[in-house]
Amino acid sequence: MSMEYAVLILLLPLVTFLLLGLVGTRFSARTAGLIGSGVLAVVACLAYVTAWNYFSMPRVEGVRVPVVPLNFEWLHFTDQLHIDLGILLDPISVMMLVVITTVSLMVHLYSLGYMKGERGFQRYYAFLSLFTFSMLGLVVATNIFQTYIFWELVGVSSYLLIGFYYTKPEAVAASKKAFIVTRFADLGFLIGILLLSYFTGTFSFERLTSGDASVFADAAGVTFLGGSVIAWAVALIFIGCAGKSAMFPLHIWLPDAMEGPTPVSALIHAATMVVAGVYLVARLFPVYFFQAPEVLVMIAVVGAFTSLYAAVVACVQTDIKRVLAFSTISQIGFMMVALGVSGMEGHEGLGYMASMFHLFTHAMFKALLFLGAGAIIHAVHSNEMKYMGGLRRQMPITHLTFLIACLAISGIPPFSGFFSKDEILAACFEFSPWMGGIMSFIAALTAFYMFRLYYNIFWAQPAVHEPGHEPHEAPANMTIPLVILAAISCVAGFIPFGHFVSADGQSLTTHLEGSVAVTSVVIACVAIGIATVLYRKGTNPVPAHLAERFKGLHKAAYHRFYIDEFYQFVTHRIIFRYISRPIAWFDRHVIDGALNGLAWSAQRLSYAIRGLQSGQIQQYAYVFLLGTLIIVVLVLWV
Amino acid sequence: MEIRLEYYLIISTIMLFAGIYGFITRRNLLAVLISVELMLNSVDINFAAFNRYLFPDAMEGFFFALFAIGVSAAETAVAIAITINIYRNIRNIQVHHLDTMKH
Amino acid sequence: MSLLSLFVLIPLLMLLGLWMAQGMKQIRAVMVTGASLLLGLSFVVLGGYLSERAAGNTAEMLFMADTMWFAPLNIHYAVGVDGISVAMLILSSLIVFTGVFASWKMDPMPKEFFLWFCLLSVGVFGFFISIDLFTMFMFYEVALIPMYLLIGVWGTGKKEYAAMKLTLMLMGGSALLLVGILGIYFHSAPEGGTYTMNILEIAQNQMPIGAQRLFFPLTFVGFGVLGALFPFHTWSPDGHASAPTSVSMLHAGVLMKLGGYGCFRVAIFLMPEAAQELSWIFLLLTGISVVYGAFSACVQTDLKYINAYSSVSHCGLVLFAILMLNQTAMTGAVMQMLSHGLMTALFFALIGMIYGRTHTRDIREMGGLMKIMPFLGVGYVIAGLASLGLPGLSGFVAEMTVFVGSFQHDDTFHRVLTIVATTSIVITAVYILRVVGKLLYGSVVNQNHLALTDATWFERVAVVVLIAAIVAIGVAPLWISNMIGGSLAPVVEQLLK
Repeated sequence: MSMEYAVLILLLPLVTFLLLGLVGTRFSARTAGLIGSGVLAVVACLAYVTAWNYFSMPRVEGVRVPVVPLNFEWLHFTDQLHIDLGILLDPISVMMLVVITTVSLMVHLYSLGYMKGERGFQRYYAFLSLFTFSMLGLVVATNIFQTYIFWELVGVSSYLLIGFYYTKPEAVAASKKAFIVTRFADLGFLIGILLLSYFTGTFSFERLTSGDASVFADAAGVTFLGGSVIAWAVALIFIGCAGKSAMFPLHIWLPDAMEGPTPVSALIHAATMVVAGVYLVARLFPVYFFQAPEVLVMIAVVGAFTSLYAAVVACVQTDIKRVLAFSTISQIGFMMVALGVSGMEGHEGLGYMASMFHLFTHAMFKALLFLGAGAIIHAVHSNEMKYMGGLRRQMPITHLTFLIACLAISGIPPFSGFFSKDEILAACFEFSPWMGGIMSFIAALTAFYMFRLYYNIFWAQPAVHEPGHEPHEAPANMTIPLVILAAISCVAGFIPFGHFVSADGQSLTTHLEGSVAVTSVVIACVAIGIATVLYRKGTNPVPAHLAERFKGLHKAAYHRFYIDEFYQFVTHRIIFRYISRPIAWFDRHVIDGALNGLAWSAQRLSYAIRGLQSGQIQQYAYVFLLGTLIIVVLVLWV
Repeated sequence: MEIRLEYYLIISTIMLFAGIYGFITRRNLLAVLISVELMLNSVDINFAAFNRYLFPDAMEGFFFALFAIGVSAAETAVAIAITINIYRNIRNIQVHHLDTMKH
Repeated sequence: MSLLSLFVLIPLLMLLGLWMAQGMKQIRAVMVTGASLLLGLSFVVLGGYLSERAAGNTAEMLFMADTMWFAPLNIHYAVGVDGISVAMLILSSLIVFTGVFASWKMDPMPKEFFLWFCLLSVGVFGFFISIDLFTMFMFYEVALIPMYLLIGVWGTGKKEYAAMKLTLMLMGGSALLLVGILGIYFHSAPEGGTYTMNILEIAQNQMPIGAQRLFFPLTFVGFGVLGALFPFHTWSPDGHASAPTSVSMLHAGVLMKLGGYGCFRVAIFLMPEAAQELSWIFLLLTGISVVYGAFSACVQTDLKYINAYSSVSHCGLVLFAILMLNQTAMTGAVMQMLSHGLMTALFFALIGMIYGRTHTRDIREMGGLMKIMPFLGVGYVIAGLASLGLPGLSGFVAEMTVFVGSFQHDDTFHRVLTIVATTSIVITAVYILRVVGKLLYGSVVNQNHLALTDATWFERVAVVVLIAAIVAIGVAPLWISNMIGGSLAPVVEQLLK
């Protein structure tokens, strides 16, 4: 089956970017928005067609085989190492195509209303197209270097979009921070690629993940500090993933990234770009599994810790976008854990499948949550919870869709999050009861803070609004995407996901683990119940008491356990003050000073010897004569 | 009495060293100039004497001596002109005052 | 008359034209015509080169021409190009072309300015086409001397100091270089026969190893001074900061490449064994350059200083990659020269344009310029992104080729150094984003800046041409990397012998 048309999925957003970027200001804002959205609708349709065609292809020996409709050499390094650009269609990349185009389309439509009247509307749509192009290029990469290329491109689109309101200092600072932190992580990624390619002689995913041990033969026996060199390489690549996917301790950029327009947060910082790390780990899963199982354990631990940390912090934040941001970090932690505890063959690969499934469902309900939050912010002109409350009357559609998303993320059946989270928990319990227990606890925390958020926004005490500025429901082009995403969140759980995506390519049939499912639902309901008691009325004094009682802990959590302050310290104190400044000083005063000193001493020397040139002609003659005599003496007697 | 080559050479050597001595020690520019003339003339004597005693058939030494006399005359003329100009400028022809071109 | 000699002839004719030109209009006409001719010519040479290669011509150098110049010392005027020189010729002609537009409103003494500018071009083009050591050295000097006047007369700030410093340091380098070249000349015929200055012949003859050990460091440091080799780089910040816009462009864009090109063409090509032996010393120095320059750039406040230190870092990477002595890394080095030349010229052009409006280069005194001059702002962001290695722009292609190539080295020491050098990509991001954030974003610091205007048409020409070139290399790098790589194959063979 020929799938060359898949290249259009990439090209159309790129062309839109160029068109809107170069001559966007010639169009009216509305036209630009419609062009962007229209093109993306086409792209989404193409992605669906591709998915349909791909998944309806017959399996080969029970395995879904990858299809490469396009692959050409882009840059040549050596005969073995060359960057190719191409399109690799396999279950996870096709699944990602669907996710990205769907969420992106929703965000494009939503932005027509949300960004209306903003300065730089055309620029906004140009950047959105650039991001969509880059993200799509990332997921269809045929080799790890192509991933790196698009990895950087999504990074820069994220930078541009976070800093969209470039006159706002916070937005500029946040965009800078996001770029530099991820760039730092990408350094790990790059070194990882260099190591991996040096020992395997290839960038290609197909060779790397073929399971063929001969690819790694050159690395046999090469160890560094007790780890095999391949383990080091993939661990470094995981650092890149951790940066992009905001894993502890590289998560600090994501909450700040909420300074960008809310639809951007929905698209980039909730649904697509931040899961790129998860996607890359999944893409390289066979390498991790066969060559570096110890790194997989590390991934699971990092994921679990991040998830717990972010969930705790999310419980006390008051900015609704920050709550959602920490929730995103926490949920990505879930996906990482699932990958970390996964195996390869058959049912062993449950974690892998669950991770991808959760990625899919999370993208939908988290985008929905962010878009809902956007509608609320649009209505009350603030991110702070204290300006909200009682909005369920004024904003019924937003309320309903937000509730669906909250139920989905809390893991209440029959919403999508229940199914994916349940499978993750099942995989965790199979790995170790400890891991299962911790993740269940985090799931409970998730339910708690989501309903805390929900009650604070839609119930509790209505905030006082200035007359004429009462909150109102968002316009139709904003609510329609909400409804669509809510509908997906309701039904997506019933997709037989293991049939499409699995670690070994075989069909994986899952069934609900009764004990795990019941426990998790019960836990979630209890957590929601607590949240209801504490926050529904908005007058319950217990939260304030608790905050007072555990003042230190509350304050630390509110300040995200001072991780940011630590980074601030490291970057400003250490890098700027103790490295850059001394180096600059050294350059000006020591190196340059040495050269100036050289010039100075040359000058001094010439001043010193010019005394010999006294101008007394007789003195010259005298010296001349003496010199002659010395020469005569030398010639005659020596 | 036979006049031998050495006598000429002794005379010219004495003249040369008298010239050198004068050149180095004299303070007056004119005296320095005269010392220079002494040195040049001592060389002329040598030319003539060598020609006469060693190569009696050739004339180059005499010519060169004449040539050198001509050149030294011209040189003296220039030197005196310079001296006069110096005198006009600084009202002085003491050698140790003439160091404005140093540095 | 060979095709290549036109590269020297056209600037000479431009000199003549300028001499006769009266009024700004005629001066501009001469400059634009000449620069366009050069640009066209460089593309003709490129086309010719590629079609010759496609037709299976495997000679090391193409378009060769050779005229005896001074027989007693066997000095020839010998020209010829391979892929590397072609790349450099395109770079130079692009920058000369855009430099003319960037100095459209030169004041005062435009005629004299452009006279020196043309003389500088003579030197640059002559250097890249020469394959005779003496001719090469002569053109090298011709390129350096006008710099003194261009900075000393038309510069800003501490211009006399900067001009003197730059010239003295580069002349110091030239002195070492001259010794090196003479040394090479007198060892150019180890098995008897006449001494020669021709690079290809010397490479054939293979200098004795003892002489190589002596003259390799001299030549490398001699050219390295111009290539901003640590610790001989300090002329660069002061020189760039004081130079007028188009001179900064030409200097950072092309002249610094003379250093890298010379290190490669003379030091390494002619003395491969010594290069193998001694490369570790210079690798350490260049490795320091890369990281050190980037860190220094982080705390500068003058736009030009930031860029000058960034050039130290990027040009350090060029020498670093050359010293890795394998084909991929060296290809990367040439691409980095090309890429750095273009983007740094773009930077300096934009800085000049911004300075011309705000009359300050201190980033603390500017802010929010994106809103006031969007065209220049976007140009600056693109230059910045190219500098920090964004895929799709030239910097990425070059840096990745360098890193991957360097990392293929069998020796662990080299690979560790490569990892150290890769850290510069993070630091580069830090200082680029710092500048972009302060300069372009945020609120307007100085209210007087609100009245400033965006780029004029001739400024746009310069900026657009440079950006187009950066994007072209960044999007379709394969042909250029193949062209360079193909020309490097004989060099690498020489190294392996």
